[in-house]
Amino acid sequence: MKADAKKELEIIACKVRMGVIESVHAAKSGHPGGSLSSSDILTYLYFNKLNVDPKNPDMPERDRFVLSKGHIAPGLYSVLAQKGFFPVEDLKTLRHIGSFLQGHPDKKGTPGVDMSSGSLGQGISCAVGMALSAKHFGNNYNVYALLGDGECEEGQVWEAAMFAANKKLDNLVAIVDFNGLQIDGTLDEVNSPAPLDEKFKAFGWNVITIDGHNFDEIDEAFNKASSKNGKPTAIIAKTVKGKGVSFMENQVGWHGSAPNDEQYEIAMQELNAALAKLQ
Amino acid sequence: MADTVKIATRESYGNALKALAEKHDDFIVLDADLAAATKTGIFKKAFPERFYDCGIAEQNMVSIAAGVATTGKKVFCSSFAMFAAGRAFEQVRNSIGYPHLHVVIGATHAGISVGEDGATHQCNEDLALMSVIPGMTVINPADDYEAKAAVFAAYEHDGPVYIRFGRLATPVLFDDSYKFEIGKGVEMKDGNDITIIATGLMVNEALTAADALKADGINARVINISTIKPIDKDIIIKAAKETGAIVTAEEHSVIGGLGSAVTDVVCESCPVPVKKIGVEDRFGYSGPAKDLLVKFGLCAENIAKVTKELYNNK
Ligand SMILES: Cc1ncc(C[n+]2csc(CCOP(=O)(O)OP(=O)(O)O)c2C)c(N)n1
Ligand SMILES: [Mg+2]
Repeated sequence: MKADAKKELEIIACKVRMGVIESVHAAKSGHPGGSLSSSDILTYLYFNKLNVDPKNPDMPERDRFVLSKGHIAPGLYSVLAQKGFFPVEDLKTLRHIGSFLQGHPDKKGTPGVDMSSGSLGQGISCAVGMALSAKHFGNNYNVYALLGDGECEEGQVWEAAMFAANKKLDNLVAIVDFNGLQIDGTLDEVNSPAPLDEKFKAFGWNVITIDGHNFDEIDEAFNKASSKNGKPTAIIAKTVKGKGVSFMENQVGWHGSAPNDEQYEIAMQELNAALAKLQ
Repeated sequence: MADTVKIATRESYGNALKALAEKHDDFIVLDADLAAATKTGIFKKAFPERFYDCGIAEQNMVSIAAGVATTGKKVFCSSFAMFAAGRAFEQVRNSIGYPHLHVVIGATHAGISVGEDGATHQCNEDLALMSVIPGMTVINPADDYEAKAAVFAAYEHDGPVYIRFGRLATPVLFDDSYKFEIGKGVEMKDGNDITIIATGLMVNEALTAADALKADGINARVINISTIKPIDKDIIIKAAKETGAIVTAEEHSVIGGLGSAVTDVVCESCPVPVKKIGVEDRFGYSGPAKDLLVKFGLCAENIAKVTKELYNNK
């Protein structure tokens, strides 16, 4: 990936993280940890991969994105706002009564959201349905789904994986945000679904493992996924939960709690400093 | 009535899918390893390239159907009622219901008349489970004609639809002249002494019961309600006002199905006595469908008995 393109993505990703902190702070609730671990992947998808148009969010031939781990709606909303689907200012209405930014993605209410989600395990199946529709009806778009590593404990994920391989859905890419944490603890402490690479391989998928914060590796993985070989592709992205805010990094407690005013200030200072360094 | 034609509504479902596919190529059908039993196999045989088997993975199937619907294409998905409405309830609610997607769930083998397979397969709860989902249309056809008409109407409808089909062959009640409309009940028999409101295979039983009651000098009105939700309030209120008492009959739990829906309408708009016939708060068991229906009181004799009692106490 070219250095200036990479830098541009890093700048946007930093702004996406600021949007996460802003919105979750304003909501006094929400899920910052997994939003921050996915920010680089989301930024790459919306600014370098997906064929989507914020002026025409329902464009029939657009690529589809399903946030299977729906709880990181703050991450998705923040990237959608950066992309221009709605004003960045609106992020502060997250989870407020009457807001179009619901606690978990609402397909009907939010421009750019292709599928409602929040109940873990279902989103990947919905993405499979979209990919199946594209294949069956002869459409050329690709479908992307972002899953949590804890989410992969859901049996439905593997039902979907089995079907996608059996029906040769090579227009489908599932990205697993492998941050090693869920709610009750680390994956190992809870009920680890690892090794995910071997599992997806055994289910008949192409598997690519990358550093989910390195845009060169992200770029290479998505380019590989585009070369269709009759198999769906899983990208296992190793990440740090809470990435970009020092006191949130690798802390299980930041899965689903909002920063107080003081923590908010520190987080924004850190992100502003990171942004200044990039610019 | 010796040579009454009998057709299982699951058969009607398969035939309707095939007929629909001959006219429209904008839909696909999903099943979960039960095509032979749900009769989507009739469609599969005619249009194999438009049929997708999801295997024994109903939750995945339901969410896949939702994904297909988001792309503006139409989709039917099928399994037994127990697994479509029961196993995959949360997927129906969250993947299909919440985004209000146009998916038609064709659920077969509903109710006690599944027969020998017994309690694990006898779903007496599906109407309740599906009705409680916001925006869901719930249809329980009474015969072959109504079942086919419901499939065609569901195809044209916008939003989620659950249609319940039976395993047991049941008498054909309508003919080609029947005009089905989602949300509209049908008066099958005139009468002003009392009303029997029935759904599904109980409609035929209710008609037989009404004939028997006539011999006792009771003129019972018989109404077929196939759309459980949204329910036809007008026809129910009219019956309550004109006949003063209502018996409901359904092959479903007395909790949360037709009887509950009718009671809601009557209590709010025109309180009259209502007696619910259905499966009491219990599980089923194995046996021939016809015998089970009698055991559970889901038969003309019991409807006549209950109706007479209610009429005499009116
Ligand atoms: C079916 C279901 N069960 C439980 C939950 C509650 N829940 C929300 S997030 C979460 C943990 C998710 O962990 P992971 O998938 O690793 O996400 P991430 O670490 O990226 O935030 C749980 C259990 C849910 N949303 N859906
Ligand atoms: Mg995780």
